Amino acid sequence: MGRLLILFAGAAAIVTVGAAVPAKQADKVMTLKSVHSFASIPDQRQRSLALFQEASKVITHARCMNCHPAGDRPAQGDDRHPHMPLVVRGVDNFGAIGMRCTTCHGPKNFDPAGVPGHPEWHLAPIEMAWVGKSLGEICEQIKDPARNGGKSMEELVHHMAEDSLVGWGWHPGKGRAPAPGTQKEFGELIKAWVDSGAVCPAT
Amino acid sequence: MIKLTVNGNPVEFDGDPSMPLLWFLRDEQGLTGTKFGCGIAQCGACTVHVNGEPRRSCVSPMETLDGADITTIEGAASKEVEAVRAAWIAHDVPQCGYCQSGQIMSAVGLLSLNPKPTDEDIDLAMTGNVCRCCTYHRIRTAIHDAAQRLEG
Repeated sequence: MGRLLILFAGAAAIVTVGAAVPAKQADKVMTLKSVHSFASIPDQRQRSLALFQEASKVITHARCMNCHPAGDRPAQGDDRHPHMPLVVRGVDNFGAIGMRCTTCHGPKNFDPAGVPGHPEWHLAPIEMAWVGKSLGEICEQIKDPARNGGKSMEELVHHMAEDSLVGWGWHPGKGRAPAPGTQKEFGELIKAWVDSGAVCPAT
Repeated sequence: MIKLTVNGNPVEFDGDPSMPLLWFLRDEQGLTGTKFGCGIAQCGACTVHVNGEPRRSCVSPMETLDGADITTIEGAASKEVEAVRAAWIAHDVPQCGYCQSGQIMSAVGLLSLNPKPTDEDIDLAMTGNVCRCCTYHRIRTAIHDAAQRLEG
């Protein structure tokens, strides 16, 4: 009976991991392919899909996922462990009363202590939670104004390509792997994906 | 030149801009009530108020504090401070006391923004202040007591 339970638990774990974006997989990739390298895909739908798959190396990276949690608590580090000390999003995603993000996070990274920083440091709103979701679910979510902060596709491209807090992902300070490529390359991939129909993976 | 206010007094700093505020307070201002604990924002012993809100001074470089209003345990003065002081004495909160200036600055910061916190509010606000003597139960009781004193 004990062995059966273990087998069942193992199978459940495999199913769970298979449904969501595998943690850490994207973190080993350091570069992004250029938009031009997708020009050889003649089918626009397939090209759009491939562009999003490439951009997803950034979206599913620890630098992005750690602050897009499904619950109230962010993760930290390349191994995505729970934030220490315990912090929660609070009513405005900037922390609890008396324990705001700014209690520890300043306007810039403080490498001597390994504490990251940015003037707008905060969690993505809960409707923008990505952790535990498949790439297809994340894709549909970021296109949905009800779950992307009310952004049009044009505003979404601008957010990905220009937003300063998003840009922190490529300048995370000592001890943290930067997101792959550059924010400019990422923005170009997102724009090309949108221009080609913003096709999402089925899963 | 970085200009800021410490406990109401204007001060200037022209040293290494990456030096943490905690060094400036203790070594240059002689305000040793604020303690060094971990140096990486994991224990809360160095908590001061920056522009009225709790901040870990050990990870706050001076270059980010131009124009800031700093309050340390030595300069803390408000109705919340008086309530916390009375409650801390009434409940004999400190044991070794090393973490207590940080605990008190966090407690005052909480009560300034939330005058009637629940247990959960207290836990979430104080979670970053570690006490190796484990006086947590007395800290929570004293914060509730201080809230009652503020009510009046």
